[in-house]
Amino acid sequence: MVTIEFLGPIGRPILTMEASTLRDVAEALKQDAEMAQWIDSCAVAVNDTLVASLDTLLSDGDKISLLPPVCGG
Amino acid sequence: MLELHDGALNVPEILTRWYASESASNYGAYIPFVGTVRDEDGIEGLSFDVYEPILTSWFDAWSAKVAPLGATLKMAHSRGDVLVHESSYIAAVFSPKRRVALETIEQFVEDFKASAPIWKYDLRAGERLYARERSTAIAGAGLLGSEQ
Repeated sequence: MVTIEFLGPIGRPILTMEASTLRDVAEALKQDAEMAQWIDSCAVAVNDTLVASLDTLLSDGDKISLLPPVCGG
Repeated sequence: MLELHDGALNVPEILTRWYASESASNYGAYIPFVGTVRDEDGIEGLSFDVYEPILTSWFDAWSAKVAPLGATLKMAHSRGDVLVHESSYIAAVFSPKRRVALETIEQFVEDFKASAPIWKYDLRAGERLYARERSTAIAGAGLLGSEQ
């Protein structure tokens, strides 16, 4: 199982699911109507490191974070 | 040094403390940037969410990047509510000579705006409203919606 956390304004509780790559997570979230407004604008981190490939391998206990557009300062 | 504070920053205390902490470090330049909440569009203030793990790694990467130039970075940011005319952000560069500090502060603050995992909300009529139109997608965003 991996956990998925939705940071900042997304405001959803943590989700857990079975996934072996980030592609599995993408496919699941694409089916989620609530995520439609966020999915194209979020960056993704695995265990607090930003990633750039859907082929990123996931292991049991990994934490995936979705980071929507930012504006510090 | 990265500091997170609940609520508004005590700007004089932070700037003075940073100045004192480097007073014997032989730096010739200390350039702080202070971000203050402006009274505009009827807001009562701003509010911030911060994701500390990635903010820390982003800041550490910047510190490592400027270390070969002889520069030191410091940054403070607020969590939660910061009212109009209060300050939420301070970035500062210390360096042996002015040119490195002047160039670094600009690059650092611009990358901060584009990359640091902090989310801003307007405080308006008792509501906390995500400032989406003023926010920037982090480089590489949209991965989960892509067909790669």
